[in-house]
Amino acid sequence: MEQLLTADGIPLKVSLKKAYRREKLSAFLLVAPLLLFIVVTFLIPIVDMLMLSVDNSIVPEILPRTTKNIQTWDPHSGELPGEEIFEAFVKDLKEAKKNRTHTRVGQRLNYESSGLSSLFRSSGRKIKRIRRAPFKAALIKIDKRWGELKTWQILHQFSTSYTPAYYFAATDTKLKSSGEFIILPDEERIYSKLFLRTMLMSALITGLTLLIGFPVAYLLAILPTKIGNLLIILVLLPFWTSLLVRTCSWIALLQQHGVINDTLVSLGLLGEDERIAMIHNATGTVIAMTHILLPFMILPLYSVMKTIPKSFVRAAVSLGAHPWEAFWKVYFPNTVAGIGAGSILVFILSIGYYITPELVGGNTGTFISNRIAYSISISLNWGLAAALGVILLGIVIAFYILYDRIVGIDKMRLG
Amino acid sequence: MNSFIPKSIAALTGFAMILGLALPVSAVELVVVSWGGAYTASQQKAYHDPYMKMNPGVKIINDDSAGDGVAKLRAMDQAGNVTWDLLDAVAADAMRLCDEGLVEVISHDLLLPPAPDGTPASEDFGDLIVSECFIPQIVYSTTFGYRKDLVSKPMTSVCDVFDLKTFPGKRSLQKRPIDNMEWALMCDGVDPSNVYDVLSTDAGIKQAFAKLDTIKDQVIWWTAGAQTPQLLADGEVVVGSTYNGRLFSMIAEDNQPVAMLWDWQVFDLDGWVIPKGSKNKHEVLKFVQFATDTQRLADQAKYISYGPARNSSAPLVGKHATLGIDMAPHMPTDPNNSKNTLLQNYNWWADNRDDLDTKFNAWLAQ
Repeated sequence: MEQLLTADGIPLKVSLKKAYRREKLSAFLLVAPLLLFIVVTFLIPIVDMLMLSVDNSIVPEILPRTTKNIQTWDPHSGELPGEEIFEAFVKDLKEAKKNRTHTRVGQRLNYESSGLSSLFRSSGRKIKRIRRAPFKAALIKIDKRWGELKTWQILHQFSTSYTPAYYFAATDTKLKSSGEFIILPDEERIYSKLFLRTMLMSALITGLTLLIGFPVAYLLAILPTKIGNLLIILVLLPFWTSLLVRTCSWIALLQQHGVINDTLVSLGLLGEDERIAMIHNATGTVIAMTHILLPFMILPLYSVMKTIPKSFVRAAVSLGAHPWEAFWKVYFPNTVAGIGAGSILVFILSIGYYITPELVGGNTGTFISNRIAYSISISLNWGLAAALGVILLGIVIAFYILYDRIVGIDKMRLG
Repeated sequence: MNSFIPKSIAALTGFAMILGLALPVSAVELVVVSWGGAYTASQQKAYHDPYMKMNPGVKIINDDSAGDGVAKLRAMDQAGNVTWDLLDAVAADAMRLCDEGLVEVISHDLLLPPAPDGTPASEDFGDLIVSECFIPQIVYSTTFGYRKDLVSKPMTSVCDVFDLKTFPGKRSLQKRPIDNMEWALMCDGVDPSNVYDVLSTDAGIKQAFAKLDTIKDQVIWWTAGAQTPQLLADGEVVVGSTYNGRLFSMIAEDNQPVAMLWDWQVFDLDGWVIPKGSKNKHEVLKFVQFATDTQRLADQAKYISYGPARNSSAPLVGKHATLGIDMAPHMPTDPNNSKNTLLQNYNWWADNRDDLDTKFNAWLAQ
């Protein structure tokens, strides 16, 4: 095939490529600030969280000699490590005590085995007393826990810079220092149950917002513009009200001596001691969150329904369809894009919800995010919080992919 | 519109000039982080106001985020920008911050003034110095208050909380294992001096949970100190645990039909720690010296019913600043209130907190 040339003799392909490249570059420069913003405020923190969830560098940094030497010891040998490892450890602990870092290592290892925090703190106080060999006997004299196999197995297990331990903890499993992998007994499982509860309740809340939101959006869309706009303010007004205010008003309404129970009792429908527990449990979370997330369902539905010509249903009815059939077979399929958008919005928002479950959830209505917040601000186990966060992120991405496979993300319309 | 803009610019410039004049450039600003509400107000009146009067060059700025002070301080340290000069922390958190190396180690006798009779500071504070970084301020307690009008007879023992037959109705307990596990074991017949030994065994933990199981469906779990007073005021619960100062305001200031159940109150401590990396270390040390002397600690008790941490302050505790009532009978440390008390075993909880906390939450979720 003959090569096409431009007027100045350059092949058309090359010339086009050049023109496109310039266009691409200017397009890239236009989005560059946004890209940079996303990288700095979104991607870097996520990568940082990923790193934090496996990071164990604190142990090899504070106990460099021990972590290096202990590799030569077989933790399953049934014998304590040799004198040279004890010597390395005494040196490390002395140095750590001087830098006041020994308690940090104790804190880190205490997540794996309760008691190591005080072991490091008290041993640090007494470590100056050990001046010469034999180090093994001297250390065991300071605290007999240094003579236990388990202490050294933990040190051996957590001597590397990276560890999967936080992920085991976040899924209610454990890799024991003896090498045995176990699933925690039922009464000690917490995170797997909370993940499951978070997803089930989020699905329920999504279903409820759809059930309530669909007729509301339909009404808004078919009413004359003047009345419709007035009504949409009623949807937007709570949407603009602070989340805390809305949650707290639900507490006032639903509590044992709240508006609803008081009314029912004064009407004689309930006895004084039959008041219904509607808050500080799962019911409270579902009611409050359904109300709070309702606008996120109504608005996408409304914007999609607004674009469906009224003539569609009229045409179907005039062609002999029953009004229900006309709605179900003609109107409803046109709203699927809005249902998809609303549902995925509500579901993903509720999976990460924190304040409302914290305030009204009691024991049975709290979500995994409440445990993440607890690990961040109270127990300070940031590694565990990061692992839980990564798993939560993974679940959201999985649902997104699932949604794309089943419905197709390109079909989603937010307005 | 046209005439508005120049006018507003002129007004803004004028305002900025006034601001510039009002703030002397040389002022040292100390950021003091505390718990907010009535507690910060009591510190403001007892420590901050008199100190600023004596030192016109110092300005004390209150920050009310002590509630998550530990996490925030750790985040600041990792970011390399500590903006706090002084942090108010409970003893367990002070220990943890000290362990993590986030706060300064204090030599109490060198830094703090002795008692008026010459007793060195370390003896005056005594056992309350639970960490080498911690300067104790107050002794508070977690204890129960109950609605006088909703029970058939006065509650006298902490075990009444576990007695659903005589005292039916909901109870509120703090959503954490600390205190609750100890009370459960003591009410299940464990000798109070053995509580922590028993809790160190798996069987002991099971025993405590089994006791708590007997009231589990009647418990509302609280996370903020203000919740129990609200629940009591609404009649949502008949009895609930909270900090004694909160119950004092309910009873003495708001005249609610609530009475104290001091039996086996759990003492806890609150005090100052100095964040490492504070930019005004010299100034903040001078302030701490002033704020933790015998008279100032006694002064704080005029505004809130928490016991001063110095032994020498106790005789100086007077009347409430506005109500005019004697404060001594409302102090957790008053002999009538402290017949049976438990001091939290900080070392034990530092070791076992994470483990028991997971077990406690798993138990809650069942």
